[in-house]
Parts: sequence; structure tokens; C-alpha cells
Amino acid sequence: MTAVLFFLFGALALGGALGVVLARNPVHSALSLVLTLVSTAVLFLLQDAQLVAAVQIIVYAGAIVVLFLFVIMLLGVDRDEPFLEPLKFQRPVAIALGAIILAEILILAGHRWATGAKTARGVGITGGPFGSNIQRVARVLFTTFLWPFEITAALLVVAVVGAVVVARRSGQAPDPEVRQGSDS
Amino acid sequence: MIATLTITPSFYLILAALLFSVGAVGLLTRRNVIVMFMCVELMLNAVNLTFVSFAKALNDIGGQVLVFFTLVVAAAEVAVGLGIIVAIFRRRRDATADDLRTLKG
Repeated sequence: MTAVLFFLFGALALGGALGVVLARNPVHSALSLVLTLVSTAVLFLLQDAQLVAAVQIIVYAGAIVVLFLFVIMLLGVDRDEPFLEPLKFQRPVAIALGAIILAEILILAGHRWATGAKTARGVGITGGPFGSNIQRVARVLFTTFLWPFEITAALLVVAVVGAVVVARRSGQAPDPEVRQGSDS
Repeated sequence: MIATLTITPSFYLILAALLFSVGAVGLLTRRNVIVMFMCVELMLNAVNLTFVSFAKALNDIGGQVLVFFTLVVAAAEVAVGLGIIVAIFRRRRDATADDLRTLKG
């Protein structure tokens, strides 16, 4: 049963990833991204990560992809792109580099670089008197990782303020070059 | 036949490596900045999958906690990145990587 679910949702995740890369229309890319994220959430569930799976659906598929679609619609780029490639050699080189990255990761994964040292004060996925998955995550998040957790609050505030400052209408005129281009 | 197969952590790690590579190739080939961003999300997602796999394999909840920090950084990155894309679009009327060549020194 687990194996069937793994192969089914693994294939869906890979298909969604290929859809993100190959779709000509950015909206189709965003929807393929949702497929990948939801399939990955199922893979999280298969590995006893219930809270992470729920957060994945809520934050990633719910908020981040909606933000992507919102920007796509706001900018009006929801049309097919031309498939022309200004740099002829770019695509084969990129695919070769991707193959090299894949080979590199697989070679690294074959080595014993994962030492198995415990980080989280011995709180495991199962076993011990630590309760459910969400209780275990909370216990570690608010003790061992309390300082990083507080730092993320600052990070989010900085990001929101930065996004507002960058994206607000600044009163600058567009580039003269662009304005001429749209007139002619 | 498939149903009797035991899924080891290696299966998940190989799948995550494949997802990461697809995202990397997309980042290198696509010219639309928004789609490039989605490819970055794909790579982050693949890394999250390895975190959860190692949490399960090593029986250590720390891997799942780290996924939260990845998620927060991804959300912050998307907020700022899309803000920058909107700002670029407002000035250049298009959002492909080729339009950013004015950044060249």
C-alpha cells in the first residue's frame, strides 16, 4: 500500500515538476506547481509528518501559489511565450548541467555523510513520552529552535516591509527607451 | 508486485534529487522571471522532502522542524521577489530575464 502510494504520488510530483518547466503559459506552470506541492504533501504524510503536510498545503499551495497567480494576473503575462531562444547553446548546456547536478547528488547520497547524530534532544518521530506529531514538533520548535524561531519573526517583518517598499508606486517615470518602444 | 516492495529512505532521496534537478534545469532554461521563481520553489520543496525523509530515517523530529524554517524563508523570498518583479514590470513592461541586462556593469 505504501509502495503504491509512493510511486503514484512520486510520479505525480515529477510530472508536476516537468509541467512547471515545460509549460509555455505561466498559469499552467503555477497549476503544475500545485500538483507537485500537493503530491509532496502526501509523501510527507507517508513519512509521519502530518503537521508539515498540512502546513505545506496551507502555506505553499494556499498562499505562495496564490501569490504567484495574483502577480501573473496583475502583470497580464498569462499568455503563451514565444519558444525562441536568443542563446542557441543555452538549453543543451542547461540540461547537461542539470544532469551533472543529479549525478552529483546521487553520488553524494551514496556516501556516509549522514552521521545520524541526534539534534532534537532525543525527540524522535515515534516512541517516547512526547505525544503526537504536532506536540513533538512544538516541543522542539519552542525549546531547541527557539532563537531561530524568533529570528524568523524578524525575517518575515523585514520581508513584508521590503516587499511593500519595493512594489509601491514610486512616482518614477518608465524608462524613456520603453516609452518610445510602446509608442512606435 | 509493487505493493510488496519496501520503500526505503533512498527512494525518497532519489525522488527529491530528481525534483531538485528538474527545478535546476528549469531555472537555467526558462526566461520568464516568474517561472524561474517557481523553479526555485520546486528546488526548495525537494530539499524539504529530503529533510522529512531524514527525520524519518534517523528518527529525529529536528528534520521536520527545519522544514518550517525553509517554508518561512521561501515565503519571505517569494514576497520580496514578486515585489521586485512588479517593480521591474512597471518600468520595463515585460518580465523576462533578458530585460534585466541593464544590470550589467
